[in-house]
Amino acid sequence: MNHRLQESMSLAKPDAKDLTGKQKVSLFIGILGLFILALALFNINLPNQGLVLFFALGCIAVGIVLFSNDAYLNKSKGIKNDAVWFKSISSRGVLGWATGIVLTSFYIVLYFFPQLLGLGKNGVSNTGLIALFDPLSNLLSGRPASQWFVYGSLYTIAILFFGYKFILKYRHNRYQQLRTGSVMFFQLGFAFLIPEFMYRLNSNLPYYDLKSIWPLNYYIFDEWSVKGFLSNGNLGLALIVFGLLSIFVITPILTYKFGKRWYCSWVCGCGGLAETAGDSFRQLSSKKLSAWKLERWLIHTVLVFSVVMTTAMIYSYLGYDSNKFWLTKNLFIGLVIGFLTILFLAVMIFKRNELGKDVKYGAIGYFVVIGLLLIMHFTGTTNEVFFIKGSTLRSAYGLYIGSIFSGVIGTGFYPILGNRVWCRFGCPMAAILGFQQRLFSKFRITTNGGQCISCGNCSTYCEMGIDVRSYAQKGQNIVRSSCVGCGVCSAVCPRGVLKLENGSVKGRINSNDVLLGNNVNLIDLLKR
Amino acid sequence: MEHIVIIGNGISGVTAARHIRKHSSKKITIISAETDYFFSRTALMYVYMGHMAFEHTQPYENDFWKNNNIALVKGFVKTIDTEAKTLRFESGDSLKYDKLIIATGSKSNKFGWPGQDLQGVFGMYHKQDLEALEQFAPNNTICKRAVIVGGGLIGIELAEMLASRNIPVTFLVRESSFWNGVLPNGESQMINRHIKSHHIDLRLSCNLKEIKSDENGRAKSVIIEETGEEIACNVVGLTAGVTPNIAFVKSSSIETNRGVLVNRFLETNIPDVYAIGDCAEQRDPIGNRRPVEAVWYTGRMMGEIVAQTICGNRIPYNPGHWFNSAKFFDIEYQTYGWVFAKPKENHAHFHWKHEDDTKCITIEYNTLTNEFIGINTFGIRMRHEVFNTWLNEKRDVDYVIDHLSEANFDPEFYTRFEEDIKTTYKNQMQNI
Ligand SMILES: Cc1cc2nc3c(=O)[nH]c(=O)nc-3n(C[C@H](O)[C@H](O)[C@H](O)COP(=O)(O)OP(=O)(O)OC[C@H]3O[C@@H](n4cnc5c(N)ncnc54)[C@H](O)[C@@H]3O)c2cc1C
Ligand code: SF4
Ligand code: SF4
Repeated sequence: MNHRLQESMSLAKPDAKDLTGKQKVSLFIGILGLFILALALFNINLPNQGLVLFFALGCIAVGIVLFSNDAYLNKSKGIKNDAVWFKSISSRGVLGWATGIVLTSFYIVLYFFPQLLGLGKNGVSNTGLIALFDPLSNLLSGRPASQWFVYGSLYTIAILFFGYKFILKYRHNRYQQLRTGSVMFFQLGFAFLIPEFMYRLNSNLPYYDLKSIWPLNYYIFDEWSVKGFLSNGNLGLALIVFGLLSIFVITPILTYKFGKRWYCSWVCGCGGLAETAGDSFRQLSSKKLSAWKLERWLIHTVLVFSVVMTTAMIYSYLGYDSNKFWLTKNLFIGLVIGFLTILFLAVMIFKRNELGKDVKYGAIGYFVVIGLLLIMHFTGTTNEVFFIKGSTLRSAYGLYIGSIFSGVIGTGFYPILGNRVWCRFGCPMAAILGFQQRLFSKFRITTNGGQCISCGNCSTYCEMGIDVRSYAQKGQNIVRSSCVGCGVCSAVCPRGVLKLENGSVKGRINSNDVLLGNNVNLIDLLKR
Repeated sequence: MEHIVIIGNGISGVTAARHIRKHSSKKITIISAETDYFFSRTALMYVYMGHMAFEHTQPYENDFWKNNNIALVKGFVKTIDTEAKTLRFESGDSLKYDKLIIATGSKSNKFGWPGQDLQGVFGMYHKQDLEALEQFAPNNTICKRAVIVGGGLIGIELAEMLASRNIPVTFLVRESSFWNGVLPNGESQMINRHIKSHHIDLRLSCNLKEIKSDENGRAKSVIIEETGEEIACNVVGLTAGVTPNIAFVKSSSIETNRGVLVNRFLETNIPDVYAIGDCAEQRDPIGNRRPVEAVWYTGRMMGEIVAQTICGNRIPYNPGHWFNSAKFFDIEYQTYGWVFAKPKENHAHFHWKHEDDTKCITIEYNTLTNEFIGINTFGIRMRHEVFNTWLNEKRDVDYVIDHLSEANFDPEFYTRFEEDIKTTYKNQMQNI
């Protein structure tokens, strides 16, 4: 019986929830836009490129807007997750897999075969899809488009218009609206427009998205990048100082006050795409304990990798002679090891209790990093670290983490693994912010006493795969390093059990005095 | 080793098992005829609506039970032999116990209506009901109309479920206004309007007379008692309350009334036999509480307490201040302390409603002492802990109104209404 039920429910067709007429038309308009882009891809010569591009992107935008209007504005305000698990696209059905494959292929082409998109190298002019974007690129920065410009434009359009959809879906929820407005703003302004304008002002400056912070922005300390900044006088210097301040000052302060959500759900572009275009897939994240274990190993391994890689990169272009430049290889490696050691000791001394069982893992991580750095220092030559060329290490990181993990798997697999695969398993920035959130933050999700009915909506819709219910039903607050503070668990809870809050650090984890409704304190009884 | 057997894998039985395991290494067996694993009954609606797959309603992963050494048995217990301390199953098997916990929950009420056992007629309690609903009402071509009989919390959930698949619903409510045996008038009226705004054909003061059958033994229409009107339909949902599911206990020497009778220690008249959750009936009522309380939270509390008693720490069931919650389509409802449909003697209500007709609160207080008795809140989330403290401290109503913002639990950036509520309160007090 059980089996039959599941089966009939997962088929998309026999259910009542078909697309309405208006939704079909909207879908058609949107797909028409994509189709025109596909035509360009096959190098079909389209006349009047500017107009065609405008028309194609317009179709995509209008399609999404009309679809969203019909899907949400005809319904009362409130949580409308009807049929999410019946629709093929959002329940790993045929459409879900097909979308996953198309997205994945797109990323593979984008990262590894941009010439297929029509990228002209060495001064040859662009063709195909990339050429179609030349007019827009020329308009903004005065140079022809690249594959990254095409990607950036599509990315921004996705965030803006699926953001619109998200805002309609949550039009009863001001928290959701504001944070979506915020990621839309940061994507359009900081990631897309400002870097283009900056290029117009000063074409020697490296591309710099101000909100992209190391280690997410893993190339900021590359030799070409640093040289690029430094050769550009005060503006360049200011930018690199801002980069350092972001990591060491701004980030810890904001995370202390608001939790990592200030970045992951309000600012970050990866998070922005996940929350808007990826929203239909949030329920697909795995809630299994085994997934949580994998997550912790993976994300911290990436963090270790990125710390070592960045140190090695900088190390490899520093010199030995302090007369030439004050920061030498020796001083630098000493500073890094010193900083990590102070951090490690401070955590071990002051925050041991909060870490609990994870103390062991923290220690392993620390000693692995230090060990690697020392090996590097004593075996390294001018251009070799770990007996491989420094630049090879850097390209390996760029390839495996920067491209394959964050792009191909992270976004390509949205319809299969959920919309925050990268943020959950791979993002080193999320690992750092999560560490801060767990240990030094005022943020928590408060559970409302005994009101939880264990229904499971919160866990199902948590994109980070946190089993929110397992805390809520015990009356415990949720303090988890991976929580990006999207607030959707709180929004979907039918009993008003969850609230994202910044409060006092004391009593943040309240497992000792939970209120479930009984007038006896079971904990006291146990201690007796 | 002592063998604890629990009949019923709902919230009460499972909580008892978990807590016995926490405090001891006794042998534990949970029996259920319904499902292999514990699931959250309160979430059944979301499975039909497609918000969740059934497995999401299971709070523990399947290997949890094995890891915690809790044995699960699927089967229907037919009789309890308390002399031989043995359970007999419908299948013919039997199982011996040292201590027995009866946690068999409820079943949907059927009041002897003609046609109540036809095909396409069912309650909304067990997983099997959900499966029947999926079979008889998968969409609005197979089910052209559904009739729901009984205006309580489960009835309105069923209406929302069917509406999510665009199935037209007629909702027969015996009372003159939705759930007005519990809700004060202003709230009940607001919910009436909200139900209708979701295109539900709400029929107040209407009773079911009979359900008519087609030639295949399937429901084809219902007749309304008051008007004799016949309403064609393919599905009839019976949601006129629940009763303890204890028919199989009646043949044993365990004393029952509506439910299995228990004292404050959740013990029945037979030593080593306990009853908890929906199926337990208190011999001595506790405060304003009813002897049988069919809610999730009390089942959970009783499970915790009975585990203490079984593990050698005999303590009475002593629920704290009453609280509850529900959701009526898009409107969330929470209650703390007591608000009665009509204020009790020497009590009065303060009622505030927002002009958008989706938010309101009602506070019951004592007119002699001004003591705060309880609050109902619709569309505004409030903090359990704060009200629990205020009830413990016996705060007066003015204090509660003045400090309402401390109790707010809405998400950040939501519009707040405390000032508006305060003004309304001051104005009303001046007019008295
Ligand atoms: C649709 C719906 C929504 C609800 N929503 C809420 C809500 O929002 N808030 C709230 O507080 N409460 C709600 N309730 C009530 C709440 O679910 C119940 O109070 C609670 O589930 C009772 O738990 P229990 O453990 O006592 O029994 P149950 O959950 O009923 O578990 C008893 C189990 O025992 C099994 N059983 C019975 N007899 C036998 C036998 N002879 N042999 C073997 N097995 C047997 C049954 O099949 C069942 O699986 C809702 C109920 C329903 C149906
Ligand atoms: S726990 Fe809640 S707020 Fe945090 S990531 Fe999950 S759904 Fe978002
Ligand atoms: S916290 Fe809310 S959504 Fe989560 S299980 Fe409890 S009642 Fe359901």
